[in-house]
Amino acid sequence: MIWSKRYILFPLKLTDSLLQGILRVGAVISALAMLLISLFLIVESWPILGQISPVRFFTDASWHPLEGAYHLMPMLAGTLYASAGALLLAIPLGIASALFIVYYASPRLAKWYKRLVELLAGIPSVVFGFWGLTTLVPLINQLHPPGASLLAAILILTLMILPTITLTAYSALMAVPVEFLLNATALGLSRWGMIHGVAFPAARTGIIAGIILAMARAIGETMAVLMVAGNVVQYPDGLFDPIRTLASNIVLEMGYAMGDHRAMLFVSGLLLMLMLMMLSGMAGWLGRNRCA
Amino acid sequence: MNSNKPVTAQVISGEKSGFTLGPLQMGPVCCNPQPVIEVENLSLRYGDKTALDKVTLDIYRGCITALIGPSGCGKTSFLSAINRLTDLIPNCVIGGRIRVDGLDIHTAESNVQALRQKVGMVFQKPTPFPLSIRRNLSLPLREHGVTRRSEIDAISEQVLRDVGLWDEVCDRLDTVALSLSGGQQQRLCIARALALNPQILLMDEPCSALDPIASGVVEDLISHLRGRYTIVIVTHNLAQARRIANYAAFFWVKERAGHLVEFGRCQHIFESPTHQLTAAYISGARG
Amino acid sequence: MLKINAMRWRHFYLDRLVQVFVYLAVLTICAVFLWILIDLLRGGFAHLSWNFLIESPRDAGRAGGIGSILVSTILILLVALGAALPLAWTTAALLAEYVSTTSKFGIVVRYSLQVLAGVPSIVFGLFGNAFFSIYLGLGFSILSGGLTLACMVLPILVSTAEAGLRAVPDSYRLSAAALGMTRAATLIHLLLPIAAPTLAAGLLLGIGRAVAETAALLFTSGYVDRMPGSLLDSGRALALHIFDLSMNVPGGDAPAYASALVLVAMLLCINIFAMKLVQNWQRRRTILE
Repeated sequence: MIWSKRYILFPLKLTDSLLQGILRVGAVISALAMLLISLFLIVESWPILGQISPVRFFTDASWHPLEGAYHLMPMLAGTLYASAGALLLAIPLGIASALFIVYYASPRLAKWYKRLVELLAGIPSVVFGFWGLTTLVPLINQLHPPGASLLAAILILTLMILPTITLTAYSALMAVPVEFLLNATALGLSRWGMIHGVAFPAARTGIIAGIILAMARAIGETMAVLMVAGNVVQYPDGLFDPIRTLASNIVLEMGYAMGDHRAMLFVSGLLLMLMLMMLSGMAGWLGRNRCA
Repeated sequence: MNSNKPVTAQVISGEKSGFTLGPLQMGPVCCNPQPVIEVENLSLRYGDKTALDKVTLDIYRGCITALIGPSGCGKTSFLSAINRLTDLIPNCVIGGRIRVDGLDIHTAESNVQALRQKVGMVFQKPTPFPLSIRRNLSLPLREHGVTRRSEIDAISEQVLRDVGLWDEVCDRLDTVALSLSGGQQQRLCIARALALNPQILLMDEPCSALDPIASGVVEDLISHLRGRYTIVIVTHNLAQARRIANYAAFFWVKERAGHLVEFGRCQHIFESPTHQLTAAYISGARG
Repeated sequence: MLKINAMRWRHFYLDRLVQVFVYLAVLTICAVFLWILIDLLRGGFAHLSWNFLIESPRDAGRAGGIGSILVSTILILLVALGAALPLAWTTAALLAEYVSTTSKFGIVVRYSLQVLAGVPSIVFGLFGNAFFSIYLGLGFSILSGGLTLACMVLPILVSTAEAGLRAVPDSYRLSAAALGMTRAATLIHLLLPIAAPTLAAGLLLGIGRAVAETAALLFTSGYVDRMPGSLLDSGRALALHIFDLSMNVPGGDAPAYASALVLVAMLLCINIFAMKLVQNWQRRRTILE
């Protein structure tokens, strides 16, 4: 056979270690991105964190950053109320959607509905906000002025986190072994009996992980809420009162904030990030435990 | 043909001129056994699990050696150790020594790529790459420094002829290799291994994933390759081992680790085994 | 006997009740989805025209089109992908092919990407403003906006690419190694081509996420709606344009509807294309295995 025996002279291992080196550099840079973000958030918020005690964020009289009053609580409350309300609506709707796809619909219908939910997940937040602003807010205004309110924020957030809950619950339910369900059916359980007694317990951690992810998305959501919530810094008395969330506060004031005020906005960003890191850590932990 | 003359790579490549699956007619090369792979005290562990315990075995040049024994007795691990595929398995620890052509394969200066060029391997499940038939053959060739198109085409045609696949695929070399039947895929995999001009072929149950007819074709092919290549084949099919092999090695699981029980000429192992276990396994009383 | 009968009836009604609830929920969601789409179509379709797509906005966007804004959006996207893709794919290749799941380095990289995936977009905006715009002195520019988005889409690109590479059956790696191919060659000539559809699907998802983003761009790429002259010019992304028109420009609703329609249409196309890719890949995978 015709042979060029270059492979003996050509040390192939070199290309291998070279490529590995390049890949390693890429990975290190990717990992550094996170470090860099944390570092800059901390550096930028240091003027405040180093100066005043964090207790003042909760004890100051009001949010008047220009006069040195940094009361974060109303905005934190706004964020939590809006997210909790959205979760309250989105959890039943989302799980019902997942049940529909997995157990109730015909395969064809299920496929179409799943695709619809995936498309809903792809609609950008600014479009949800815009739709809320032009359609939902006037409707609520007729019901009870001013329209831009906690309720509007809750409804828009519900739409935004619903796909997350549906799709994660769907994959958790799909991962339930078919034998469980066959056994349940063989025992003569009704459809709801099977879902309630067998499918839910088996898929529980997956569904909860999805809910936590959805909660993280609701807390971090900025633009859509900003556009429909009214943005008054206050504790809302009811569903029809306007609120301001932590995230939208950053957008609203970043444009003109200077010095300590700017640092304070970075502090609230840091706070948001810590909350979300905790939530996604929890979701990841649940996900890992399910596999184990 | 002087069968006493040591058959080396040079001699074989000198004979390639009139070669059409022919060396079988050269007469039994194994009359004058000459070890090409020397395995000494090979132990192999995956984590804390011992797969092989102190195996010592010589594989003779130009012969077909069959490894037989029940599942999980370390036959496949033994094969992977010879071309260092075990390197790919995390926390796999190897003790002992393996020499191919007199060179220790685990020393620092030994080149894995060159070793694997010299020692080809065919797996149980046919694994053609999901690329065209042509690319399946040219990819490893390019990797080993054969870059001229004409050279690649010549080698591809030669090896496809060697495995009897040329007539079946010569007009569709650019179709995806996955469109071939199972037997054709396995022969393509053998051709791919042959393209690198190896001395030794390791085969891990090459017929067991195929239907009976395809399996027969592949088996014929393997026995035709005798003499030209040194072949080590793992098989669960005792009749097959008996039909094609010159030597047989019988592995058995003892205390959850694979051991070599008996090694010898095929005839000897199948007709008058020295060890009780071998006799029991051959007759079907155990395993 | 009576008691069992009563229980049976209760189960029967509960079963039915749940069924009704499930169907109602699904109907509601479909209805709302249609409502949004129809609203956008009704509000924006009349305003939509070829000229709208290529003209620059005039009178703060009330008149004119979105030509310069589309250009800025695409430039921001290109910067983001240009920065994120090489990093993401090298990282994914390293995580999937070279680093065992238990190695420290792998765990650190994977964990930091997981955390990065959970960071809200407004925080990316803050970081981009502090780091790219001010610290690196890029100012409000397409470059700093694009780089901020690169950080944001990095985790998605890495996780999809890693999953794609991991889904390639190990038998290919083994046979490539048995043929004496180096790991580098195996990766470049074999694994990447096989995993290409998932890489592409991940890329599309990343593009979708980047195009939809508003909050991260507010304080990095800025508001200016002129045609950008260079990457160091400020450029207004499409999503930001919608936000600005609806919040800050009285009488900007019609162009905002039309822009939203364009944005949603773009994203729907990207998503459907990505889904198709994944589907084809799954079908092919069953052949591979």
